[in-house]
Amino acid sequence: MYLQLAWRNIWRNPKRTAVILTAVIIGVWSMIFLGGTMVGMYDAMIENQLATLTGHLQIHHPGYRNDPAVANSMKDPTAAHSALENVLPAGAVWTDRVRVSAIAQNARHSTGVTMVGIRPDREARISFIGGAVTAGRFLETGRDDHGIVIGRALAEDFETGLGKKIILMSQGTDGEIRSRAFHIIGIYQGQMEATEKNFAFVTLPAARDMLRLGTGISEVAVLLPDRADTGQVVTELRRALPAGEYEVTGYRELMPLITAMIELWDTFMILWYVVVFVAMGFGIINTILMAVMERIREFGLVKSLGMRPRQIVALVVTEATLILAIGIVIGNLTGYVSVWSLARHGIDLSVFAAGADRFSIPRVIYPALHLKEVVRANLVVLILGLLVSLYPALRAARITPVKALARV
Amino acid sequence: MHIELTMAWRNIWRNPRRSILTILAIAFACLLLVFMLSFQFGSYADMIRFSLNIHTGHLQIKAEGYQKNREIRKVISDPAAVAERLEDRPDIRDYTFRSNAFSLLSSEKRTYGSMITGIVPDREARLTTIEAVIRKGDYLATGDTNQVIIGDLLAENLRVDVGDELVLLGQARDGSVAASMLAVAGIFSSGQEEMDRSVAMITRDTFDRLYFMRGAVHEIVAVCPSLADVKPAVTGLKETLSGLDMRYPLKVWTWQELIPGLLQGIKIDLISGVIFYLIMIIVVAFSILNTFLMAVFERTREFGVLLALGVSHARLTHLLMLESSFICLVGMAAGIAGGAALTLYFQHTGIHIAGAAEILRFYGLPEALRPQLSWLSLLLGPAVVFVVTFLTALYPAWRVRRFKPVEAMHAT
Repeated sequence: MYLQLAWRNIWRNPKRTAVILTAVIIGVWSMIFLGGTMVGMYDAMIENQLATLTGHLQIHHPGYRNDPAVANSMKDPTAAHSALENVLPAGAVWTDRVRVSAIAQNARHSTGVTMVGIRPDREARISFIGGAVTAGRFLETGRDDHGIVIGRALAEDFETGLGKKIILMSQGTDGEIRSRAFHIIGIYQGQMEATEKNFAFVTLPAARDMLRLGTGISEVAVLLPDRADTGQVVTELRRALPAGEYEVTGYRELMPLITAMIELWDTFMILWYVVVFVAMGFGIINTILMAVMERIREFGLVKSLGMRPRQIVALVVTEATLILAIGIVIGNLTGYVSVWSLARHGIDLSVFAAGADRFSIPRVIYPALHLKEVVRANLVVLILGLLVSLYPALRAARITPVKALARV
Repeated sequence: MHIELTMAWRNIWRNPRRSILTILAIAFACLLLVFMLSFQFGSYADMIRFSLNIHTGHLQIKAEGYQKNREIRKVISDPAAVAERLEDRPDIRDYTFRSNAFSLLSSEKRTYGSMITGIVPDREARLTTIEAVIRKGDYLATGDTNQVIIGDLLAENLRVDVGDELVLLGQARDGSVAASMLAVAGIFSSGQEEMDRSVAMITRDTFDRLYFMRGAVHEIVAVCPSLADVKPAVTGLKETLSGLDMRYPLKVWTWQELIPGLLQGIKIDLISGVIFYLIMIIVVAFSILNTFLMAVFERTREFGVLLALGVSHARLTHLLMLESSFICLVGMAAGIAGGAALTLYFQHTGIHIAGAAEILRFYGLPEALRPQLSWLSLLLGPAVVFVVTFLTALYPAWRVRRFKPVEAMHAT
């Protein structure tokens, strides 16, 4: 009965209801849409970082993350490999890497880079490099012991190109500076210029040979079928491997800056939801209050006919809920439509590429919907909306029949 | 006019609760905008100041092509001639010389590539904050011959501390080998990761000797009295310097060109902020539209009477606009006052975000964020709110023009 009564009541003044509905719809739409854009942005940041040689989890020598030098490599990774075979779920992939800082040099230029020794076939399935080579070709397992794949930005800086020579220098396990000449067989494009300048890829045997590393490696990177399983797999691997020799780290710890940034944005989004809500909250209170005040006589009448204050509160709150519900439904729908239509082409920030790089924002943002974000936005509106509608409802309930009926 | 003001003022207090709620909505929007804009502008100013003061300066003079490729041979062959021109200019506050060479630094255990920078210690300290960010040991002194100061991350990577020795190995300007033993005099922590990870500084004289520079340098870094002076200074300098005869032609770079990401990043942040604020203002506008509408429709009879008494439609519209303006102005005044108070409070104490120090460092911001109240941040937001509210109030006020006295008086 409340529902029917409330429904009819809100349409007694359709113009007023339409105005406040518009406020709620715009508010909810903006929450869904901007929330979706934020989610799209940090999803891209995470995926981008995961693909940039992070993976879902990594195994290192315990000292490596603090001091990523060749001295802190895993001398014999067979124990790690067998643990991986036992623990990893079906569909997971892993690869070995040698990753050390090195100096790249050609006739006229020299700069610091990160030399990454990879197993090409495995690496291609885990990190961005498999699909990023835009000129020449990718490394091949079993050959290419003197081939190197470098980023486009580095190639430009070095005024070099395919087939040219580049020398890498780094410290070997014996403490001596080792160097090796490579031929550029491929040039890749990364998401960010910093990536292109930083990573130079060679084959694992080449890196091992150059650094006198034997069977040693710097890290094992793992990609799981589902990112959400990371925590569990990390725990299992830690149990399976001796802690003194191996350190297992999940992606959140591997990229603390991005994790912290996302947490900060998350807080910011909640604040934003509340701000938008407050903006429309004033309108909701005012509108409901008006609706109540112009019906004082009516409330006095129903009260004198025996309606209880609690029932009046329920009626007014139901009216507010109906308005909120309609606003939320339409707001959500328009929100989904705008997220969906933008998700196809993305929001292109390439005009600001240098700025995006500096703040590590992806160059193209594809808005996406996360259930958590949608639920959170809607809950904020619904719960706070009900809370503020209590004020006019209580005022309506306090009306005494005699006073109300005496009013003109 | 006077009577209309009185009427309008009294009319809004006929329903105080409603007016107050509307005023609060406007005040809330204004307060938030004043605070947020001050906060954003404050962070931008901090970000720019921090980035420029630590290393970049306001403008740099380099040989053509050196900015893109830091080749050691691309030098400013006669820095004294440039300095002479700089001395004469009132729009250049101070300047210093730098040279750079990418070289190997080895400690007992480790070897890393590093950007060796030759600086003039006293000039550098006047221009940048480098002396203030020495975390351990001492800054370089004029006359030091084999002392070096290095970034904290580089020190960590090399496993060295103050007093330890480093071996430098690089290529000199003439292609010969530059090699020397250096003693770590100090360790700096600038907060700029790239600098802390790769830069090692020695005195210009040491650099000159090691790399066989024969008096040449790579960069002349200058600061102007204020950021506003940079543009005219650069224009003037380009003209003055074009007359100099150097081995490589000189080029002047502004800080915007030296760190292009900075301004663009700020633009992205500002644009996204504006989108958020506009949405909020629109929601507020619809929120208060009802108040304005009701103020017209529940007083239909009253307006009918006024019209019958000979008040013109234009005057009624005028009256209604006055009422909305009053509400809006009161709300704005409250919002501006509240926003200013809030901003000034945090400007004084600073805002500390727990656990965000690393992120702030990444953005080049100090640990305590300080909003900065300015006329722009104080008035920009409220001005937009006023315009939007005014437009919102226009619709109901126009509707009055369609009222006919008799029909209006019969309205319920």
